[in-house]
Amino acid sequence: MRWRRCGEDAALLDCDSLEQMRAAHATVLAARPPGVVDLVPGARSLLVVGGVAAVRALLEDADLAHPPADEPREVTLDVRYDGEDLALIAADAGVSPDAVVSMHTEAGYTVAFTGFAPGFGYLTGLPRPLRQPRLESPRTRVPAGSVGLAGEFTGVYPRESPGGWRLLGHTSATLFDPHADPPALFAPGDRVRFRSVR
Amino acid sequence: MRSLEVLDPGRYALVEDLGRPGYAHLGVAPSGALDAASLRLANRLAGNPEDAAGVEALLGGLSVRFTSAVTAAVTGPAVDVRVDGRPAGSHAPLAVRAGQTLALGTPSTGLRCYLAVSGGIAVEPVLGSRSRDVLSGIGPPPLRAGDVLPLGEPGIPTGADVMVSVRAPGELVVPVTLGPRDDWIDDPAGGLSAGWTVTAESNRVGLRLDGTPLRRAVDGELPSEGVVTGAIQVPPSGLPVVFLADHPTTGGYPVAAVVKTAALSALAQARPGTRIRFRPS
Repeated sequence: MRWRRCGEDAALLDCDSLEQMRAAHATVLAARPPGVVDLVPGARSLLVVGGVAAVRALLEDADLAHPPADEPREVTLDVRYDGEDLALIAADAGVSPDAVVSMHTEAGYTVAFTGFAPGFGYLTGLPRPLRQPRLESPRTRVPAGSVGLAGEFTGVYPRESPGGWRLLGHTSATLFDPHADPPALFAPGDRVRFRSVR
Repeated sequence: MRSLEVLDPGRYALVEDLGRPGYAHLGVAPSGALDAASLRLANRLAGNPEDAAGVEALLGGLSVRFTSAVTAAVTGPAVDVRVDGRPAGSHAPLAVRAGQTLALGTPSTGLRCYLAVSGGIAVEPVLGSRSRDVLSGIGPPPLRAGDVLPLGEPGIPTGADVMVSVRAPGELVVPVTLGPRDDWIDDPAGGLSAGWTVTAESNRVGLRLDGTPLRRAVDGELPSEGVVTGAIQVPPSGLPVVFLADHPTTGGYPVAAVVKTAALSALAQARPGTRIRFRPS
């Protein structure tokens, strides 16, 4: 782990792994040191905005091998597996499209971090054959609710946008509603499962 | 109900307050007035708390009418302000009667004028803020002719009578702190200190700069990580982007340095063509 300066009142904690980042994140969330304005998990980092000194002191003494046990929210999403790239994903995984659906629905996922758009969560836990590259040429328009995968992550597009992830299917769940509480369906640390519906 | 009717939004006018920090972990930008110092000043002149919502008018041009008497104030770069066609002056509290029209001309320097009205713009807050976030589409949509915006309960104007307006210079020296990923860039301090020019592709998400491209010292991909307002991100082109209030909350390109908070208001007024030199410390 290494701290990096990030402007006057923020710092970026470089982590050795996603697991270490999650342990640091859970530790800071549990202790809630004063002055922290924003806490933004990344793929291998944790951005701390405000209260940096308190967070540094907290993490110096923390046992990150045994982070505080969290009580994650569990989210299950119903998905119609009719995505435009299902055949491509199956071919690259060397299995049938039905087997892709089984793999995607049997695995359990964790929201590692968010970004790209409000409510977009990067979910880890993808079975290895489904860890596939982005499309060579991104789509200019991906409909809201599209379920996709890219690299080590799977995720759902909260609203219509351009995007280069390979698309498995669609969900009608609302991923982000600024008037709801909580506004985002996915927050870092949440556990997610997908269920196949017709 | 006290209200404000938009007669003409000008080029592009948005409701902005001091933003919605604290939601970056959900992918929501801080947003808020880009030139926060000018919005705070306009609110003080109008007798509002500094965090009341006002109108951010790109290149002035805004024209509004009030349903009741209000105290209004226009700040940002010096701009012609008229009440029912008569010159009224910026950077001062203006007593405007019910039915009168307040109109902004076009500033000769700078980009963003701020209109504060006693009571503040009282549209429904979203996630604790009335700001429009142009990247996410959260908050009240850009103003259009015919829009009627509710106003809150007015306070009592106190404090200064008239402020001196600031001229937005054509050349800026911008203090920055190096990091968090300055080690990904070849000679980051030297490269950033060279001259840059603000391009026309700039907006509330970020200032896009032109100049001698920065060179990468490290090849390969950076895993997505959180970014702050003022972050100077270096994409593969080597031409930096300075993230402003509506920036994405995570990014996948190295951030060479971060602009000091006090310098962000000046960047909000930097027109295309403005020359910038970063001063790292």
